[in-house]
Amino acid sequence: MSTATAQKRGLGAAIWDYLTTVDHKKIAHLYLVAGGLFFLIGGLEAMLIRIQLMKPDNNFISAGLYNEMITMHGTTMIFLAAMPLIFALMNAVVPLQIGARDVAFPFLNSLGFWLFLFGGLMLNVSWFTGGAPDAGWTNYAPLSTSSPGHGVDYYVMGLQISGAGTLIGGINFLVTIVNMRAPGMTYMRMPLFTWSTFVTSTLILFAFPALTVGLFLMMFDRMFGSAFFDVGLGGNVIIWEHLFWIFGHPEVYILILPLFGAFSDIFSNFSKKRLFGYSAMVFATVLIGFLGFMVWAHHMFTVGMGPIANSIFAVATMAIAVPTGIKIFNWLFTMWGGQIKMTAAMLWSIAFIPSFTIGGMTGVMLAAAAADYQYHDTYFVVGHFHYVIVGGVVFGLFAALHYWWPKMFGKVLNEKLGKLAFWPFFIGFHLTFFIQHFLGLMGMPRRYWVFLEGQGLDAGNLISTIGAFLMAIGTVIFLINVVYTSVKEKKVSGDPWNGRTLEWSIPSPPPHYNFVQTPLVRGLDPLWVEKMDGKEGMTPAEPLGDIHMPNASILPFTISLGLFIAGFGFIYQVDDTVWLIAVFAGMGITLGSMLIRSLKDDLGHHIHKEELEEDIKKGVGR
Amino acid sequence: MSHEDVLNPKHMPHDPEKATLEGKNKFLGFWFFLGGETVLFASLFGTYLALNGSTQGENTPEHLFGLELVFIMTMLLLTSSLTSVYAMYHMKNHNFGKMQTWLAITVFLGLAFLGCEIYEFYHYIHEYGFTFRSSAFGSAFYTLVGFHGGHVLFGLSWITALLLRNRKRGLNLYNAPKYYIASLYWHFIDVVWVFIFTVVYLMGKVG
Amino acid sequence: MRGWMGKFRSLLLFGALTLILTGCGIENVSALKPKGYGSELLFDLMMISIAIMIFVFVIVMAIYAFVLFRFREKKGQEDVIPKQTEGNKALEVIWTVIPIILLLVLAIPTVQATFDLADQSSQDDEGTLTIDVTGNQYWWQFTYADQEISTSQELYIPTNERVYLNMKSSDVIHSFWVPAISGKMDTNPGENTNTMYLEAYEEGVYEGFCAELCGPSHSLMYFKVIAVSPDQYDQWVEDMKNVDPEAEPETASAQEGQELFNNNCMSCHAIGGGSAGVGPNLANFGNRSKIAGILEPTKENLKDWIVHPDEIKPGNQMPAELVTEEEADKIADYLLELQHSDVGQDVPVIEASE
Repeated sequence: MSTATAQKRGLGAAIWDYLTTVDHKKIAHLYLVAGGLFFLIGGLEAMLIRIQLMKPDNNFISAGLYNEMITMHGTTMIFLAAMPLIFALMNAVVPLQIGARDVAFPFLNSLGFWLFLFGGLMLNVSWFTGGAPDAGWTNYAPLSTSSPGHGVDYYVMGLQISGAGTLIGGINFLVTIVNMRAPGMTYMRMPLFTWSTFVTSTLILFAFPALTVGLFLMMFDRMFGSAFFDVGLGGNVIIWEHLFWIFGHPEVYILILPLFGAFSDIFSNFSKKRLFGYSAMVFATVLIGFLGFMVWAHHMFTVGMGPIANSIFAVATMAIAVPTGIKIFNWLFTMWGGQIKMTAAMLWSIAFIPSFTIGGMTGVMLAAAAADYQYHDTYFVVGHFHYVIVGGVVFGLFAALHYWWPKMFGKVLNEKLGKLAFWPFFIGFHLTFFIQHFLGLMGMPRRYWVFLEGQGLDAGNLISTIGAFLMAIGTVIFLINVVYTSVKEKKVSGDPWNGRTLEWSIPSPPPHYNFVQTPLVRGLDPLWVEKMDGKEGMTPAEPLGDIHMPNASILPFTISLGLFIAGFGFIYQVDDTVWLIAVFAGMGITLGSMLIRSLKDDLGHHIHKEELEEDIKKGVGR
Repeated sequence: MSHEDVLNPKHMPHDPEKATLEGKNKFLGFWFFLGGETVLFASLFGTYLALNGSTQGENTPEHLFGLELVFIMTMLLLTSSLTSVYAMYHMKNHNFGKMQTWLAITVFLGLAFLGCEIYEFYHYIHEYGFTFRSSAFGSAFYTLVGFHGGHVLFGLSWITALLLRNRKRGLNLYNAPKYYIASLYWHFIDVVWVFIFTVVYLMGKVG
Repeated sequence: MRGWMGKFRSLLLFGALTLILTGCGIENVSALKPKGYGSELLFDLMMISIAIMIFVFVIVMAIYAFVLFRFREKKGQEDVIPKQTEGNKALEVIWTVIPIILLLVLAIPTVQATFDLADQSSQDDEGTLTIDVTGNQYWWQFTYADQEISTSQELYIPTNERVYLNMKSSDVIHSFWVPAISGKMDTNPGENTNTMYLEAYEEGVYEGFCAELCGPSHSLMYFKVIAVSPDQYDQWVEDMKNVDPEAEPETASAQEGQELFNNNCMSCHAIGGGSAGVGPNLANFGNRSKIAGILEPTKENLKDWIVHPDEIKPGNQMPAELVTEEEADKIADYLLELQHSDVGQDVPVIEASE
């Protein structure tokens, strides 16, 4: 009801609608747009890095700026692009896949988004206020604690704020999946995307607090004179490395698991087969999540932990290859005997298998602790993690966006343009990153602003830069596709792909309340089960009745805004205590908003049966 | 369930905190949140243990800590945990007045604890010159214990806000989950303190 | 253990792989052209892991290619519904067990090599050389405590001898890496001192890198490891012990330079002796193959470096324009005359490639 009125009132009202929305589908749009913009910024930074490394002894950007560039590229891509884009998919899809009308905590869902956005903005404001953070995305102390200017302070505050948002988002999805499943949707009937969201959310819950603590210690050292990383006062810089990687390693599984889930759904859908070895796939997902916490120190083999610790972490890391291998083979056998339909979504998924397999293999090579003494912090590592993050996460995002775009926006992305975007990106990706493995072994450490002539690194770097341009071309074609589709393409039905799971049983885009009547789930791939029984759609699990929905609220926005303001206060009170005003004002806005939220009853509203009957007449329900 | 049913139910169920879907979600979500909080404190404990030898001089744990005050603080907080259990017991019996009273006692005990902690910090700073900045041990000590103190302060404000907001309208299905998770939070704070008491004070004193 | 790996290496696939990969990079720089104990051990470990990985990759790709070729939807088949297989227990077991076995094959040499490289059993033996390595923004200091020698940027070691390095940092974390001789190890500030060893098989000048981001000039923190025969090494030690910072230079310009140097630069730098200052010890500076680790050793470059160090290595500690151009000219004359030892001048240097 609020949607309909808002559309009549024009742009201002639409903006207000998005500022206050607690609807998971609109929050998905917000995450998509914000994450997409940050992805473009991060991509631009990558291009500048590659131009600088196009030839030896290049002087395209200065050494200091280069370090800011690599730091912001990594931080932006991980925290501000990949994670929000994943949250966009989770928000758009998970409640629909389990037959829920909303998430468990709609208010917190909105809060999570605004915290992320303000954190991301904070980080990027640093470009205009005297320099971005420059100690690498890993921000090792004491390089970070001694970094001049305020760049690293922005890193600390920006990530602290956006990290809080991510943590909230994780808890929200955990509870949503445990408590909000439709009747009959048992755990072992959940689509793999929902399963992997569940595991990812658990990882977020247990990994992010370690980063929170690390950032607090860093903040105290830089802003309040504590001595955690000050060796002169007995501090220990290795603590940061441990805290960072206790968070940082699960983080890479936080990134990749949801896309594993998306690939599973896509392979199954476009092979017209149920997922091969469903229970093995679930088991492998859980096992990867579990092992993900046991291996953080493999990022620290050269720190000097000793051979015993190095060996234990090496073997534990190798163990992760087993569940990952199980997944690869099950995907292959999902397609085996199927009717493979080569859509753009499927093309990205097909390309993922060899790309990710290479990334996984170099991962096992890196796990061999002693050999890592040669690989560590070289372009071999850069090549490896781009193979898993681009070849896995980014390919997965493109695949999932093509697959679920009609569900989010009611239109199928143009298939021709989709495939046209794929090829330059795919070829460019391999050109850029395959050669980097060799560059690393030939003696090129990572994060090098220049490399010298005569070390045999010229050709490889040039190839890598050319590849990066091809990837940029692919991305631009994808953007053109988005515009073209929204202008030229026609609306499609709720089920354009002959889908198998619940989200395809409702219109595209779904109504505000998702399901007119909660569906009854009778098996894995519930919609497919009904289709095979010759039914049109899902059998309802309840009679038509009033639907309870949450109220919109501006408070998530103001809570986040307050922290944003306070963040600046914290950063600049070091120079001038006047800035403490900003700390108090910002915290006042935040705590005041929280108090209002706490004291004011918010019972939500009901959509009445009569309105639903109207909607059904208009063809919303089935 | 209509709004009227939530705010003025005809029959209160035995577990009013879990009678609505919102209540169930809050209950489960808060448990998850406490899982995250556990990692937060585990990280702080890890940091503390890594740095508790880096005292840079004579302000060592053995030298600083006096167990008498800390023992009193422990008793205060343990008792406050017990009183919040009483409060939840009365909530399940739908006795709103007694629940409010026991929670008020909980707040009172929590305030006493906080007062002791502020005194303790003041004492260290002024008697021993032991501050947040004097050594890595100092930073780690004040951060760990201070984070706990911050949680106590937040918990007290939260429970107080609940007591004041609902004093005139009694228990219903909307505020019961709020009370319940506030008391869960309070128990968590208590458990963390038991670890601080053991790891920081007892182990520090024993060496 | 080396015998075990040596046999493995003779396998055909292995030989082919080795051939392909050793074609990569430049002698004395590349980790793929091992010239020392550590790098050779790690090269073998790499080859084992690559062989296993290629084996797995070929299998995956074979299935992949077959599936994509065979099971594409063809025209007119749009309504065909394939059999909805649930899974296959036997297959699941196969692709769980075989990878575990392959990983064990890799894990055993990994653990062996990890312990091998951490071995410090011979460090306390009579006559074992131990060198203290300190990473600084952005240069390396090497102190031979027993010999009371301190040098910077060029690490002299005897060949075919296990030389231990005790490593720490004076500021931020750096990482010491000489790919052609051994893997890398971080230098940490504070108490976390690390120990590793180097053992070079051949005489040569090996390129060294800093491999942990340490500030704007991280990519300019090169150094050299100069491996010479034990006899020559002893000669070098003798030469370095005899460095006399007071020695009178030959030309008048250099003599003035010496005075300027003593007045302006000695508060940070040193020439000879076992101690080091805030800046590098400049003993034997005139024989170094690079100025500041990156510039060709010409007088013009040296003058530039003395007057504008911040433009050459951004963010480094040496103050800019401490002396005038004319003064720098004389200081350069003096420094280039500091040729205390010619050991290492005739060993093979890396050649610009291709």
